[in-house]
Amino acid sequence: MTRLCERRRRANPGSSPTPRVGMARIVEPPQPIIIGRYTLHYMTVTEVPSHAREATLPAEASPAAYGSAEREPARRLSQLDALEAESIQVIREIAAELERPALLFSGGKDSVVMLHLAVKAFWPAPIPFPVLHVDTGHNFPEVLAYRDETVERLGLRLEVASVQDYIDDGRLRERADGTRNPLQTIPLLDAINEHRFDGVFGGGRRDEEKARAKERIVSLRDEFGQWDPKNQRPELWNLYNPRHRPGEHVRVFPISNWTELDVWRYIEREDIPLAPLYYAHEREVFQRDGMWLAVGPVSQPRDGEVVERRLVRYRTVGDMSCTGAVESPAATNAEIVAEVAASTLTERGATRADDRISEAAMEDRKKEGYF
Amino acid sequence: MSTTTTPYAAGLGERGLLRLATAGSVDDGKSTLVGRLLHDTKSVLSDQLAAVERVSRDRGLTAADLALLTDGLRAEREQGITIDVAYRYFATATRSFVLADCPGHVQYTRNTVTGSSTADVLVLLVDARKGVLEQTRRHLAVAALLRVPHVVVAVNKIDLVDFAQDVFERVEASVAAVARELGVAEARAIPVCAVDGDNIVDRSARTPWYSGPALLELLESLPPSEDVEAESFRMPVQLVIRPQGAAVSEEHREYRGYAGAVAAGVVRVGDPVVALPSGQQSTVVGIDLGSSSLPEAFAPQSVTLRLADEIDISRGDVLAAAEGAPTPTQDIEAVVCWLGDADLRPGQRLLLKHGARTVQAFVRTLDGVLDLDDLHAVPAESLSLNDIGRVTLRLASPVPVEDYAVSRRGGSFLLIDSHDGRTLAAGMVGATLPSAPPAPIAPEGDEDFDI
Repeated sequence: MTRLCERRRRANPGSSPTPRVGMARIVEPPQPIIIGRYTLHYMTVTEVPSHAREATLPAEASPAAYGSAEREPARRLSQLDALEAESIQVIREIAAELERPALLFSGGKDSVVMLHLAVKAFWPAPIPFPVLHVDTGHNFPEVLAYRDETVERLGLRLEVASVQDYIDDGRLRERADGTRNPLQTIPLLDAINEHRFDGVFGGGRRDEEKARAKERIVSLRDEFGQWDPKNQRPELWNLYNPRHRPGEHVRVFPISNWTELDVWRYIEREDIPLAPLYYAHEREVFQRDGMWLAVGPVSQPRDGEVVERRLVRYRTVGDMSCTGAVESPAATNAEIVAEVAASTLTERGATRADDRISEAAMEDRKKEGYF
Repeated sequence: MSTTTTPYAAGLGERGLLRLATAGSVDDGKSTLVGRLLHDTKSVLSDQLAAVERVSRDRGLTAADLALLTDGLRAEREQGITIDVAYRYFATATRSFVLADCPGHVQYTRNTVTGSSTADVLVLLVDARKGVLEQTRRHLAVAALLRVPHVVVAVNKIDLVDFAQDVFERVEASVAAVARELGVAEARAIPVCAVDGDNIVDRSARTPWYSGPALLELLESLPPSEDVEAESFRMPVQLVIRPQGAAVSEEHREYRGYAGAVAAGVVRVGDPVVALPSGQQSTVVGIDLGSSSLPEAFAPQSVTLRLADEIDISRGDVLAAAEGAPTPTQDIEAVVCWLGDADLRPGQRLLLKHGARTVQAFVRTLDGVLDLDDLHAVPAESLSLNDIGRVTLRLASPVPVEDYAVSRRGGSFLLIDSHDGRTLAAGMVGATLPSAPPAPIAPEGDEDFDI
């Protein structure tokens, strides 16, 4: 794993201000190629010099064609800068308005990006709230190691709510299908009560899932932690209102408006270190429900499931027993950006068995207090 | 690590993020149009499309119902309606879009106000057979009130009027008339057929008489709403950053910065600024974004400003360009969109949130409510859910508000229930309601035109 990390760093010197030649290869065709959700030249825009970019734009994209834009303003935020600015504003506003917020940190890429934004929001002061991890007991060991390193590096206070403890003392029972993602809700709500957290930052994104697409950036939870999607607070302009009655709390999603591709482009741009399993590596895997599951203590092949050694990476990290790997040679951030841009499957569709249970699996979990 | 945004390198080529809201009446095909936009920009991935196809088949439909792409909640799918604003994301070669899909019928004011408050563009659906409906006028009234910079009217179901040019032109003319009357800055009409995709992504061969852009082309070309160059600098202070504790490195022990999101204009190192409401002046000596130092910052960047003098500034204060700074006031006249379940009455006490400051507010008078049938102000005793009214407020301490017409960020506020924290109203400082009923639109002999 260490070796892979080093290889990635060498291959991708994120601090280099020069255009990344690795990306330039992809834009060779003069016309944009539409693959998946994005055109290939679209994703190169932050890296290629502007005169080169102009040349790749199709002629009909010219705003002058309709006379609606006589003048290009000199100052405009790029997409990533606009998203970053919005997220930092949200994090600061909630930290200022609430007494005892906490940030959910799993070591997964979305919570890593959120944490990075929090560092920027308060720099040079330290992040003024603790981080909370709801530990399923089914974590990838490399993600736990990454979590601990990050907490140490940033001098954070880490609180852990352990699903395993709940199972050990009988407060929760293992599900028939073995997945522990839905079991996180009770330990999370108990931790919120125990620490009297009045706001919890989560790395949920609206593009992830259709119930999340309906979620506010600042979202009220009642005393049972329940989400009422039919009766949400209107969210107006950029004025966020986290006020609530005692016993209630808010969930705050600073990266609501980011897509998976935005997250990866930002990780690349900011050179944010991640757990190594996000990058291509060889692993013992077996196929189940169309996904590659890792061989590990909580995910053993059943009869007829053949273990193979394959080059894989993870698009999401969660409960090891139900989070699938994707076959991929992408070993650098740039390669992952290209791969995500061209993907025809959503990250959850590709890698999460628990979201396939029903059309409304996420909505049902969220209503009960899941993040 | 290069996280600096150099203004000249960031924006060119990439046309940035455009926020759009959609609105329309029931059954005018809005969800289908949104589904079509997502589908035709290849924003729907194969597993999402497979799920939509599966559900459509289960319901006995022959083709995938694209409306299912946006109706995400169980109740929405069960009832075939849209309940709450859904956010969707798509991108083209030149631009990325955040789309707020606002339902038309249930609590339309609440949803349209929510969607329009952040929108650069409102895409309003009109059924070509029905023309401008009351609902259309209401949506346009909200767009005018919230000052959405661009309005695009998609005249849908053009196939059901045999792609007739005269029908489109009639609708276009009545839209233009209503927009003018309500003060909508710009409203362009496009003939579309959302079901088949005509004039959505590509210009349609079935409307050869239409020479304008397809919907997506137009959205790609619209200029962004903010022209920071023309604005005067404003930044509400969200936090004062003073690093404390053992973990803070020696060089930052004396650090004192004012963190906030630039609400308007540009600020440069060396600029004189004034803190409001105190009126104390200082000079910007540093602009930080994370550990990077910037020569300047502009709206809507989130930054931290360092000043030359240690003046008294706390959360909620506004830093403004020294010249032309607004005068803090305790008396506000404003239009509010009432979103609370209980009525608003004169004499009520509430909280008002403006920028990063929350103060107590007292409702002095209710000066009228917008009659939604003929869109002018009439006297009223109270405001009910979804009403739009004009109020006079007295604040417990002075706040540097600006006219909403001058600055969307500087002139907007929330009214909040001090007991349970609920958001009760969206407010716009200095906005007015039309006082006389507008002239009726000539029906031009078409009885389908519902006025």
